[in-house]
Amino acid sequence: MSWFTRKQPSLTPDSEEGERKVKTEGLWLKCEGCGQVIWRKGLEENLWLCEKCGYHFKVDAVTRLKQLFDDGDFTEHDAALVSTDPLGFADSKPYGRRLTENRASTGLPDAVICATGRILGRPVEACAMELKFVGGSMGAVVGEKITRAIERAIVARSPVVIVSASGGARMQEGAISLMQMAKVSSALMRLDEAKLPYISILTDPTTGGVTASYAMLGDLNIAEPGALIGFAGPRVIEQAIRQKLPAGFQRSEFLLQHGFLDAVVKRPDLRQYLAQSFDFFCGKYA
Amino acid sequence: MSTSPTLPAATSFDAWARVQLARHPKRPHALDYIQKLIPGFQEIHGDRCFGDDAAIICGFGLLRERPVMVIGQQKGRDTKQKLVRNFGMPKPEGYRKAMRAMALAEKFGRPVVALLDTPGAYPGLDAEERGQAEAIAYNLREMARLRVPVVSVVIGEGGSGGALALGVANRVYMLENAVYSVISPESCAAIIWRDAKNAERAAAALRITAPDLKALGLIDGIVPEPGEGAHEEPDAATFHLSAVLDKVLGELAAMSADELVRDRYEKFRRMGNFFQE
Repeated sequence: MSWFTRKQPSLTPDSEEGERKVKTEGLWLKCEGCGQVIWRKGLEENLWLCEKCGYHFKVDAVTRLKQLFDDGDFTEHDAALVSTDPLGFADSKPYGRRLTENRASTGLPDAVICATGRILGRPVEACAMELKFVGGSMGAVVGEKITRAIERAIVARSPVVIVSASGGARMQEGAISLMQMAKVSSALMRLDEAKLPYISILTDPTTGGVTASYAMLGDLNIAEPGALIGFAGPRVIEQAIRQKLPAGFQRSEFLLQHGFLDAVVKRPDLRQYLAQSFDFFCGKYA
Repeated sequence: MSTSPTLPAATSFDAWARVQLARHPKRPHALDYIQKLIPGFQEIHGDRCFGDDAAIICGFGLLRERPVMVIGQQKGRDTKQKLVRNFGMPKPEGYRKAMRAMALAEKFGRPVVALLDTPGAYPGLDAEERGQAEAIAYNLREMARLRVPVVSVVIGEGGSGGALALGVANRVYMLENAVYSVISPESCAAIIWRDAKNAERAAAALRITAPDLKALGLIDGIVPEPGEGAHEEPDAATFHLSAVLDKVLGELAAMSADELVRDRYEKFRRMGNFFQE
């Protein structure tokens, strides 16, 4: 019977030596929260939240901005800004090459995207950090781009949102990176004096010089659930105090409990939370 | 924008030698300078929230006839003192005390002098619980707003954000053998080469010496040290420091509050313009 007779030889490999594995990479993902296997497409439609346990997957900077802005629509600024490797730094590989490689792998010029878009109608200056670009670290380019975004907001009299995801200041630019903390914080002083709102969104992970500057300076500081947030990283602390850290230490909920966050907000609720806050600060957007 | 700075030749010998000098057991600490610079120094304590951090000293007095608020990060000399001072690693209450002192100085129109000397902000459990990052961040922004002259001098180790939290000043100086870095050479080496023993190489690569920071445009000047280092002749070192502070405070005294805030903003706004468009 033809039911059991294969008409097309579709299962024969293309060549005898060729790969015989079926490529499924990227179709299914294992949830880091509950260990369940989830369909990638479903995850994307669900803002990268696990349907089963609500675990927040990390999202890249472009996806983040698309999720935040109305219709996923935004205008990027200062996209051409790139570092010149001022120290000529070389670790396991020269910093210049590291930058080139990171640009190729992420498709981004540096570790932050700054853009103007609308959130429930209201124009907002937003910056989203890219963790995959040299660990989301802040060097001269990140400092300059965020400072410019704040300055643009002062001119346009619009609110600022910064989504942080970073290991801190960028070691490969030495003290130049350190001074970016002061530079961005000074710009936030001017935003503050201009009485314009700034909401800092801390995502997993935000540590070091980024937490110790703009990420903690929001009129509201909010975080996604379960994000690691701290000054020193957990390993550094464990070394310093020579004991294991308690479970949940430095997670969003811990910071909320200790009074350093205004709220822990789930990703699907972020836009509404921002819009409602801006309405309170600036009056309803007409 | 500018592209690349012209840096002095980096030799790991020089950078590491300066790290050793900056950490020298006999190097004058903040209190050593304060006691000589300001006879009758009156210390103030506490952050009004949690406690009093001995790693940061705040107080006031006359520096060459000029009333100043002085803030200093203090390391200990002997073991007992080191423990009391937490090895010069401040906790959030230290930074908050410093901010309170600076706000007090601002209220009464007095200039602020900060002496920076810390391996870094304390990376401990309690410090995290009380918001180390928030305390540092808050100082950075509020120092930018101060309507009085602020002068910061790195006298030993300028340990990353822990030092910068007292470093948003109109003028920033470094002692000749002080270092100022985003990360300690040991930690940097541990990250790159997975071995803290490469700290000498890291020290050179990170560009942490006073001449390096001057060449990068991150500090305003270098305070000379006598002989092989400040520990050899503390009196001479104090004299140099006193002379620089007197001169700079004199210059800043001529500026209005608005000018001071603008001057400080523009100074940090320009920092690290090493990128291309």
